[in-house]
Order: sequence, then structure tokens, then C-alpha cells
Amino acid sequence: MLDAKIPSGPLDNKWTDYKGHCKLVNPANKRKLEVIVVGTGLAGASAAASLGELGYKVKAFCFQDSPRRAHSIAAQGGINAAKNYQNDGDSVFRLFYDTIKGGDYRAREANVHRLAEVSGNIIDQCVAQGVPFAREYGGLLSNRSFGGTQVQRTFYAAGQTGQQLLIGAYQALERQVALGNVTMYTRHEMLEVVKIDGKARGIIARDLVKGNLERHFGHAVLLCTGGYGNVFYLSTNAMGSNVTAAWKAHKQGATFANPCFTQIHPTCIPVSGDHQSKLTLMSESLRNDGRIWVPAKLNETRKAVDIPEEERDYFLERRYPAFGNLVPRDVASRAAKERCDAGHGVGTSKQAVYLDYADAIVRYGKIEAGKAGRVDVPMEEIITMGKQVVKEKYGNLFDMYNKITGENPYEVPMRIYPAVHYTMGGLWVDYELQTTVPGLYALGEANFSDHGANRLGASALMQGLADGYFVIPYTLGNSLADEIYSKAVETSHPAFEAAEKAVSDRINLLMNIKGKQTVESFHKRLGKIIWDKCGMARTKEGLEEAIRDVQALKKEFWSDVRIPGSINEMNPELDKANRVADFIELGELMCVDALNRNESCGGHFREEFQTPEGEALRDDANYMYVAAWEYKAEHEWNLHKEPLVYDVVKPSQRSYK
Amino acid sequence: MEHTHLNLTVKVWRQKNNQSKGQFESYPVKNISTEMSFLEMIDVLNEELIVDGKEPIAFDHDCREGICGMCSMYINGKPHGPWQANTTCQLHMRAFKDGDTVVVEPWRAAAFPVIKDLMVDRSAFDRIVQAGGYVSVNTGNAVDGNSLPINKDKADASFAAAMCIGCGACVAACKNSSAMLFLSAKVSHLALLPQGEPERHSRVLNMVAQMDKEGFGACTNTGACEATCPKEISISNIARLNQEYLTASLVADK
Amino acid sequence: MTWKQVFTSSVGKKLVMGLTGISLVLFLIVHAGINACIFADLVNPEENGEMFNKAAHFMGSTVLIRIMEIGLFAGIILHIAQGYLLTLENQKRRSVGYAVTYKDGSKWYSRSMGLLGTLILIFLILHLYHFWVSARFTGKGLEEEITYNGVVMHNMFGLMKATFTEWWIVVVYALGCISLAYHLAHGFQSAFKTLGVHNKRYNIMLISIGYGYSIIIAALFILMPVSFIMGWIG
Repeated sequence: MLDAKIPSGPLDNKWTDYKGHCKLVNPANKRKLEVIVVGTGLAGASAAASLGELGYKVKAFCFQDSPRRAHSIAAQGGINAAKNYQNDGDSVFRLFYDTIKGGDYRAREANVHRLAEVSGNIIDQCVAQGVPFAREYGGLLSNRSFGGTQVQRTFYAAGQTGQQLLIGAYQALERQVALGNVTMYTRHEMLEVVKIDGKARGIIARDLVKGNLERHFGHAVLLCTGGYGNVFYLSTNAMGSNVTAAWKAHKQGATFANPCFTQIHPTCIPVSGDHQSKLTLMSESLRNDGRIWVPAKLNETRKAVDIPEEERDYFLERRYPAFGNLVPRDVASRAAKERCDAGHGVGTSKQAVYLDYADAIVRYGKIEAGKAGRVDVPMEEIITMGKQVVKEKYGNLFDMYNKITGENPYEVPMRIYPAVHYTMGGLWVDYELQTTVPGLYALGEANFSDHGANRLGASALMQGLADGYFVIPYTLGNSLADEIYSKAVETSHPAFEAAEKAVSDRINLLMNIKGKQTVESFHKRLGKIIWDKCGMARTKEGLEEAIRDVQALKKEFWSDVRIPGSINEMNPELDKANRVADFIELGELMCVDALNRNESCGGHFREEFQTPEGEALRDDANYMYVAAWEYKAEHEWNLHKEPLVYDVVKPSQRSYK
Repeated sequence: MEHTHLNLTVKVWRQKNNQSKGQFESYPVKNISTEMSFLEMIDVLNEELIVDGKEPIAFDHDCREGICGMCSMYINGKPHGPWQANTTCQLHMRAFKDGDTVVVEPWRAAAFPVIKDLMVDRSAFDRIVQAGGYVSVNTGNAVDGNSLPINKDKADASFAAAMCIGCGACVAACKNSSAMLFLSAKVSHLALLPQGEPERHSRVLNMVAQMDKEGFGACTNTGACEATCPKEISISNIARLNQEYLTASLVADK
Repeated sequence: MTWKQVFTSSVGKKLVMGLTGISLVLFLIVHAGINACIFADLVNPEENGEMFNKAAHFMGSTVLIRIMEIGLFAGIILHIAQGYLLTLENQKRRSVGYAVTYKDGSKWYSRSMGLLGTLILIFLILHLYHFWVSARFTGKGLEEEITYNGVVMHNMFGLMKATFTEWWIVVVYALGCISLAYHLAHGFQSAFKTLGVHNKRYNIMLISIGYGYSIIIAALFILMPVSFIMGWIG
């Protein structure tokens, strides 16, 4: 059933070859072809803008009040590209290799190589749009290093790279709106995929302001709706980030791949109490200069600054001398959890480790003193100068930490703890980014294709923009070339009618439960089940229990949820209920997938499968495949396996020692 | 961090929809941890309202980390509340004292009509960007990123303007409901870069025309926008916009 | 972009305010400079306003200056009309007001330019009635002319002396000048920002000059009626 449609030929020629031979649509015909883009983050905005530029008639949808709000905006650290501007040995192959290795050999070679190939074009495109990347004094682009790599290939705009890239794509999108090529529907949420003769031909969307349902036709539908990290309730995702669009597609026949591959980011601000509504990430770039440690002694009660050097355990530097504090995210997160579980955690909850800038401040201070040609500078002055440098580099992150915790990170080490950040799993797509439903595509975080079992830092922005700017304009044309004879379908078609009725029935059902418990309380409970049993460490028993718990929760939700207000008005509680209902179903599938995968790899860590040193133990013989789940009926899925073939890279145990 | 618990009264603007007339309602909130964010306090209040069979307060919010620009509350007489360089979502309850009454209003501007309660329609900002807030470059046209060296100071100044999150606090703070800080941030971002040069004149003229059409007021340089901007966008951008506008209109062909 | 479009846009309207404002700022320097001639009395009590009367006569009898006067009035009228128009328009941009207004982010006088302008206008009407109307048209209070070196002219010094004998007039003048000081404190720097001065170094300079200018001009003007009523001169 799964045909990834990977072009034949040597790896580094596949994409060039594909582009040379794919079918094209002539400009006059493009005007007649309509494309629906759902979601306007990096993938969606870049796709909508690029397709609009090509001449397609595009309709773009987002649930926020403007496309500029999409959560891509919150990405802080940077975007990778194999430019080798630093002359430090980078290349397309090395970016490809690092990504495959970082993904713990669970990603598709051909997709990842294509990603590495177009990475350079992304930077060029963004610079041309006026994205103000950081620059050196000579006026050229600056780079920094990031986790999981040994070269400096990350382009950045202070701690707001995602924001700047998204605004670039947003502006390109608004330009197409002004030119009439794209029609933008803000505050709209997609609630169903409409299929005609087995092909995706449109969507049912709800106008969140008026509350009414709308039918929209498209020759193809692109889902660029991001990840599903909010299934955990607490995550670094935005409050509105949801799986609904992808889940509707799944229930219409699109297989969902590797749902259990979720990324836990090591450097988040720890939870402060039960009221917590979301978690805030501190950029991975902080690990460039900060040192992570815990007290070596159990039940340590002294303040961080009072603990002498020899009684501190810099556990990442100790365990992984080659990469030190810059090991990939999954490794760093697990190591932090291991220390906290062993009783070395800090803070009131004991669920945190220190991220310390004291050394970096002194180091930078000495460099500054050296630059000024001064010797015998008193320590206090060195520290002042060092703080200034750190402020320039990370000021906004330090301010954010200060606002949230009320502590001054220039004086005391920050406390960090891992939190859900990204989901590698998603809708299964082939090389052309098409799901198992013809005409239905998934781009960016919404698909599963490029990051395997663990994503490297600064790669999500790269993938979102690669898919939108440089992949979909080619691959969509290849199939739309066959659609030039299909006329736009009237939305009075029975398929639209039926789809709209299904959506409307479901909304009525939800509103008529009139139970006692709030949507939020269900979401919290779901999050706790998934975090405890399908989070950083998973076991067979735990997962089986979680499946039972989630099924019970689903029953309770559909019999006791309370949604105030009415349907035909702005009703945020109803919007949330629609999303949480889907999260509950997805939560079950995540546990099913995690239970099926009897190995540990990347973000998926099954306690039964680990090396004596506590590292993830893969089972390449039995699990080197993509697990693509087909929806059959409630609580029932069919597993399809797409074997992963490594022609170029030889999988080995990932070592960052 | 040490924390305490507060009891507060929240006086909040309630308005069913665009057509209806709104009014203030007061709600007591109890036992609020000073470690909570302001929006988490509203979450707690909303949960109570739902359980009591009342309608929760509608408000815009998304990323809750100060970058998406969606949150928009006018708290105790200042957009985004009492802290400097801050968004509503990053305001924490440490900012308040036990027994305080907190007044929460939506952004008030004719160009930002209220949708419901504290939610307003800021699509006017998107239309201003559509009028020229971009570089007209199609995908695939770009030359190598390093083929165009850019003076670091200019690149940094451009970035400082590009940091605008489009939240609309500047409009909410301005006594004239002027969108000049928002507009000038975009114009400055692009005017400071060589990429923005070819469309420099048409951009500023068209964007100002669109801003006027949307019903924003004129700038009187009071500085309220700069003082409340969560990203500390400088008011000098407005002066730069004025210069750009003057130059563009002087050299205009017609 | 036609000229009409330029000057009717929100930025263009401000430009009109800024340009007329700066011309009025320049006028005030001349006005204050000439009026300051009355203080020659402090140095030489025998003066009795001679220097001032001569200067006033020069201003009133020179054709070029009379032409400039028309420009000045045009500027004042434009500044006032445009100012009121903008204030009204800007007020309409917020149909529902706030329960708690935002005050900390800006100076009160920068938000009150309309009010300050109105106070100045009231003062201006009184002031024109006292001096300009008399000198140009009615001749009220100027019945006795004065002659220096054979040139006959109005005794404006005498008119000032006669006018500033009542305390309420002095108080109104002082209040008018204080309003002017605050109006200028914001208007001076704002005008340059409207003209597009955005470099930090010039901005800092202009802000300092603006405050200095506002205080000096207002103080100088207030000193005049006060000096008469206190009997320091005249």
C-alpha cells in the first residue's frame, strides 16, 4: 500500500533528476487550478506564497487572526544550511549525514538529502526577502553552532529567527493576497477533508467569528498545520496548536506515521505549579555557552552559588566528552531526567537542573579585557564586562527567564527541565509530500518525513521552508498536470453536503452533552496520562495502562464535557473541545505506536531497551521501518510498514562520546 | 522563587459581539499564586465561570511566550499591563498586590472593532502590509546570500525594527489611535536594507495611504507607543518614516 | 501621488503643522528680540522706550516685513485650523474610550496640544486686541505720537505701560505664556521629528534646544508685563 515514490538513481542525483522529469502545468492552466493551503506557518505561508507566484488560485486558512501569528514564530535559535561559509568542513553530505544520524536512523534518506540540497537556497531566498539575519562586521552572514553537529552552519537573527523567517514568508504571502493570487481566510478552522472519487477535493471550514460552516473546493489540499505536541497539554507549542486538520485527514484515509516520535527539549523553564498552562523554551543556543550541572550530593540544600566546584556534577560533559553540553536534544533530555530521578534535581520541585553562565561570563569578560589590552583587571570588572557580552548575545532569553521566574539569571544559574517541543511523527507522505489520500499533501511538522526519531536543532525551520518554497512547487505540479481537464466542482456536490453535515452533527453532539466538566480539565488529564506513560520514558505496562486510561477518558469526555455558549458565535470553548476530542484519539494511537515499537530510538525511549550505560538501544533488524497507521474504526488501526533502506549511510549506534 | 497567594477583583469588559453594547463586570478571584501568568489567572477565572454556568471571557492569545503578538489586553490603564517591554502573556501575578482591583479592557480603536469581550479585529494591519510591506521577490529568484554585504549597524537597526510583533499595543496606547509605530517599523525594516531599495518610495506612499484608509489617527509624537511597545520599537522609526514619506513625495513623478 | 494627496494624508497634515509651527518658532524669536528692547530702560532710565519704539516702527513701516506679516497670519491660521481639524479627527479614531486612561507613557502637555493651543488662541486674541488692532486700525491708546530725530511714530512703549497697569491682564499674559512654553516644549521637537529628523545625535540636540528655547521665550515674554506693573521699567 505504501509507495514512497522515491526516484531511482544515485542519492545525490535523485532530486535533480526528479525536477528534470516531473510534469509541468502551463501558466494558462495554472490559473484554472485551485489549491487549498491549511495553516500559515513557515510551511504553509511559503507554500501559499510560492504557489500564488506560480499562478495557481490559492486559498489559505489559519485559525489565528493573522497568518503572522503561526507558532513557527516562536522558534528562537536558528536555521541550518549547508553553506560552509565558515570553511569548517560543512557540505550538503554532512548536513544530510548529521540529520540522518541525529534522527537515529529512522528517516528517509532521499527526503533528507533533498532537504540538505535546498537548504542553501532557503537562506538566499530569505535574505532576498529582507530577513535581517545576524551579520559580521564585514557585512556577511554570521553563523553559530547548535546541538548534534560539529560545524557552524546555523543562521540566526538574535533569538528570534523563527519570527523573522515567518515574517518574511508572511510578507511574501500578503503580497500574493494583494495581487489577488491568494485569498486569505483568517480565524477559520478546517474541520473536514472532502473527498470525491477517492481524491481530496476540498475542505469544510468553520468561521470562528460567526460560527458557521463553509465549503471550499480545491484541486488539491495542502495541510501545513504543524505538530501535535499539545496532546501533552503542557508543551512549548502555542495554545492553539492542534492536530485536528491532520486527524480529520487521518480519519479520511491518510495514514499517520510514527506518532510516538515526540521530541522533548532539554532547556525549558520548569513547571511552577498546577496552574501552568504552557511551557516556555529557552533556546538551545544557550547550551553553546552555558554549562549544565546538578549537585553531586544527594538532598543538597545549599544555594547554587554556595556549592563548590568539586561538588558539582557536569553530567553532560562527564558522559559525552566529545559533544559535551551540545549533545542532541533527546540525549540531553534523558540525561537530565536520569539525574533528577536519581535524586539530584534542584529547585522546589526537584525536577530541574542548572544551566550556568558563570564560567561563560568570566571567559567573555577576560576576552573583553584582552581586547582592551588590559592586564590585572579585577575580577568584579571582568564579570561586569562578561555580563555585557552575554547580554548582547542572549539578552532577550535572559529577560524572558527573569520575567517568568522572577530570578536574575546573570546572578544565579537558570533552572531548566525537559519539555515537549516538537513531534517528528505526522501524516505519512511520499517523496512528493502526498499522503495516502491522492490530492492531499502534508508539509512541515505536519508530515513525518525528515527527522526520523529525533530532530536536530535549527532543522525544523529548514524543513518547513524547504517543503513550502522548494519542494511543493515542483511535486504539486507533477500531479496537477493531470488535473487540467477536471473542472472545479460546485460545492453543492453531495460529497460537500455530506461532509458538512457530518461536521455539523458532531458539533451539535458536542454542544448537547451539557455535562459538568470543562474542556480544559479533560485536556489536562489527557496530558498527564500521555506525559507519565508515553513521555520521556515508556514501558510496555505503562503504555497498556495508558491506552485503557485514554479510552476511558474519551468515553467520559463524550458524556460529561460542558461547553458554554452557542454554535453560531465566537466560542473559544467549542473550538477547544473540537481539538481536544481529536487529541484524545491521537493520544491512544501514540501509545499504540509506542507499544508496537519494541526498541528505543531517538525521542522514543522504552525502558526495556537500553544499553548498560543507559543509552537508547535500537533494533534495526526488526524496527527499521516507518510505522504508518491506517484508521479502521474506533480504537482500531492497521499497521503498514515502509522499510527504511540506507544505501549511503551505514546505521551504527549513535555515539556522542 | 518565593511566592504568595493573592485575592483580587477583576473588572473586565464584556461584550457579546460587534453589534451589542458592552459593559464592565467584576469578578472576585481567590488564591492566585504570584507565580502564575496573568493569562493563567484569567484561565482560572474562566474555569470557574464555566462551572458556574456562565460564559467565559473571550480573549486572544496563542504562543504565551511573548512573540506571536496575539494577546491584547489593556490592563489598569496600559496596554499589556504594568511591566515594561512586556506582553500580556508574559505578565506575571507578582506585578499585583493582595486586594487589588484589576481593570481589563480591549484595545480601543475605531480601526480595531471589538469581536467579543477582549478580542478585537486587527486585520487592518494585514491590509497595511499588503499595501507594500514586502520585497517583491519570487521564490527562486535569489542570488547567494553573501553576495550582498550589509553594514552590520544597518542590519542591526533593521532587525530592531523588524522585531515588531504586530500586537497593536501602539495603537491602543496612542491617544489618536495611530498605527504609525507599527507602520514605521515595517518601513524602517525594509528601508534600511538594500533589498528594500527598489520599492522604497512606492512602499511608503502606499502603506501610509492604506493606513489612512483603515481609519487610524495621525501621529502627534507623544511617545506613548514607544513606552508601551513590548519589543521596545523606537519612535525614531516614525521620524524615519516621515523622512521616507517626504522624500518619496518630493521625487514622485506625477 | 499628487500634491493634494501628499498634504491631505495623515503624514502630510502633520507636515503642515510642523512647517507652520517652525515658522512660528522663528517669528517668536524676532518678536521676543524686538520686545526685549524695552529692557534698555534697565540700563539707561532716560531711554523711556526709545529703542523699542524705533524697532517697532521699523517693523511696522517696512514693506517687506508687512508682506511677511501676511505670510505669518496665513501660517497662524493654517496652524490653528489644521490643528483643530486634526484634533477632532484624531478624537474620532476611538469611538469608545478607556475606563482608565494611559498616562505614564507620554507627557501631559504632549497629549494636550489642542487644549494648550486653545489657551494660546484666547490669549492671542486679547493680545492682538491690545496692541496689533490699536497700532494698525483703531489707534486706541496711541493718540499721542512720539518723535525721534524728526520721525513721528506710535508710542508703543507707552501703550505697553498703559496696558500693563492692571493685575488681571498681567496674570492672563503670564498664563498665556506658560501655555505657550508647554506647547513649544512638545511642538518644537515634534516638528523636527515630523520633518524626518531621526538620527539620535540630532534628536538629542534638538530636544535640548527645544526645552531651552521654550523656557527662554516664555520667561522673556512674562518678564515684560511683570516689569511694567512692578515699575522696574517705564
